[in-house]
Amino acid sequence: MSDGLSPPLGAARDAASVLYLDGVSVVFDGFRALNNLSLIVGAGELRAIIGPNGAGKTTMMDVITGKTRPTEGVVRFRDHDLTRLDEATIANLGIGRKFQKPTMFDALTVFENLELALKAPRGPVACLRWALSGEARRRIEAVMEEVGLTARSRDRAAILSHGQRQWLEIGMLLMQDPELLLVDEPVAGMTDQETEHTAALLVRIAGRRSVVVVEHDLEFVRALGSKVTVLCEGSMLSEGSIDHVQNDPRVIEVYLGR
Amino acid sequence: MSATLASPPPAGSGRLTLRLLMLGAVLLLAVLPALNRLPADSALHVSDFIVSVSGKWITYAILALAIDLAWGYAGILSLGHGAFFTLGGYAIGMHLMRLIGPRGVYGHPVLPDFMVFLGYKELPWYWLGFDHFPFALLMAMAVPGLLAAVVGYLAFRSRITGVYFSIITQAMTYALMLAFFRNDMGFGGNNGFTDFKELLGMPLNTPTARSALFYASLALLVLSYALCSRITQSKLGRVLVAIRDAESRVRFLGYDVTRHKLFVFVLSAVLAGLAGALYVPQVGIINPGEFSPGNSIEAVIWVAVGGRGTLVGALLGAFSVNALKTWLTTVAPDLWLFALGGLFVAVTLFLPRGLIGLVSKVAK
Repeated sequence: MSDGLSPPLGAARDAASVLYLDGVSVVFDGFRALNNLSLIVGAGELRAIIGPNGAGKTTMMDVITGKTRPTEGVVRFRDHDLTRLDEATIANLGIGRKFQKPTMFDALTVFENLELALKAPRGPVACLRWALSGEARRRIEAVMEEVGLTARSRDRAAILSHGQRQWLEIGMLLMQDPELLLVDEPVAGMTDQETEHTAALLVRIAGRRSVVVVEHDLEFVRALGSKVTVLCEGSMLSEGSIDHVQNDPRVIEVYLGR
Repeated sequence: MSATLASPPPAGSGRLTLRLLMLGAVLLLAVLPALNRLPADSALHVSDFIVSVSGKWITYAILALAIDLAWGYAGILSLGHGAFFTLGGYAIGMHLMRLIGPRGVYGHPVLPDFMVFLGYKELPWYWLGFDHFPFALLMAMAVPGLLAAVVGYLAFRSRITGVYFSIITQAMTYALMLAFFRNDMGFGGNNGFTDFKELLGMPLNTPTARSALFYASLALLVLSYALCSRITQSKLGRVLVAIRDAESRVRFLGYDVTRHKLFVFVLSAVLAGLAGALYVPQVGIINPGEFSPGNSIEAVIWVAVGGRGTLVGALLGAFSVNALKTWLTTVAPDLWLFALGGLFVAVTLFLPRGLIGLVSKVAK
């Protein structure tokens, strides 16, 4: 579990690491939402992040995606310093995010939501001239099939159930074709079967891309079979396999409460 | 903007019916100047008043389209679009003033009357070029476009949205009104411009000029509608709707929201400027009162009454509210502002999707 704790400086340039956080702190009005957090995610790695409410999981995602500027610390994606870039630029570098509360465009259909997420030139003129190619349509249809929304293609997102909204947002993430996926509580509101399906999907995606999953559902985290990072009060508390962290006395004390 | 207000595009036969209705309305408008030429005792004769008032309403309808594109689709509620409209009007007004030439009251070969009266020795530099129609037309688009680009860039970059942006646009039009009221601005101060003689070789206030301006306005309306529908039916239109409903989410998909908002806001201002440029020769006067914040608010009410986010609703709203205004200000002029306010409250409470929403509900 020592890897990732005190990474040597310059590790971001290591081809194997995609995401590199070092000594990141975020202070809101004196409250330290993140406190000297360091984390390395390798290429193709699947990483689960757990922790009690208020541990800083969502703030960490905000820092990586440019929504929140860290008070101090280094945040790198490959060779890019993310602390200087805005959300759109970061997204275009290849970082996709699924929000804790599924967020999409309710006035648009399932198909249109996926079409907007599809990786393509993003400028206003390019969007005006955009014509849906057969290739793009097939990609959208493939993702709809993957997330089980083919039958809802022409329905507006507003009328989807909570679980279907989760799927749609995962689908949007896939359309962006990102190198790094940040997935915040993907299985909230899903049935057991859907949860299993999601775990299998994320495991399949990892390998080709890096995936960071924040989740409370420990059964789901176990199904991912990945390395687990436990956050607490804005810092890393423990890291290792699910069995390792579940038996770590510090984790049991603050989180699992057994 | 609540998502429930976004009406899905009318599907299938609904869209066809809509297109036929709109084609009918355009044809009906198109024959008005011809009917005006019929002898006055003919049953089909249309008065000069009807022609000139409809020509004016057409320019209002273009302004309403421009507002709907920005507000109804991208969620940018500008309460200063009257400023873009008026700037376009002033640009063409400057051309019309230059064309008066020595026919002014003071008979000065170059300077407009108000400049002679105020003791100007020569034409201010920013009046140069306005003797050429193409230049004036270009300025009628460029000045509103540039102002929108500057105000929009500063506001959108700083992520000023919603009511805060609306207040800025109100301040913008109010500031312009105060500035144009000043005599030393060189735009005729309080009185603005009037007594126009001709445009493109046509003496104004003749049936020929009236119908030419009418058809030019109608053509611009049709073109603007075609352009706006092209945008709203494209992926850009869907990006705008996405920005309206969840702006920050669009950023996380990699869209530079500032650029998209700026694009639509500037385009909207240019359309408003062109509408103003056609309005001024038809009404024969332009003065700083046109910048008054109330005018911009009134134009937004046309769109709200018609049904925003539909384009057709903007047209319907502009024509119906102005018809009501023309009628009411004749029978009971004091009641108009109360009626306008009441209309806005009533539409907000009972017809959140405007007249278009009512029509589609009744049709079902």
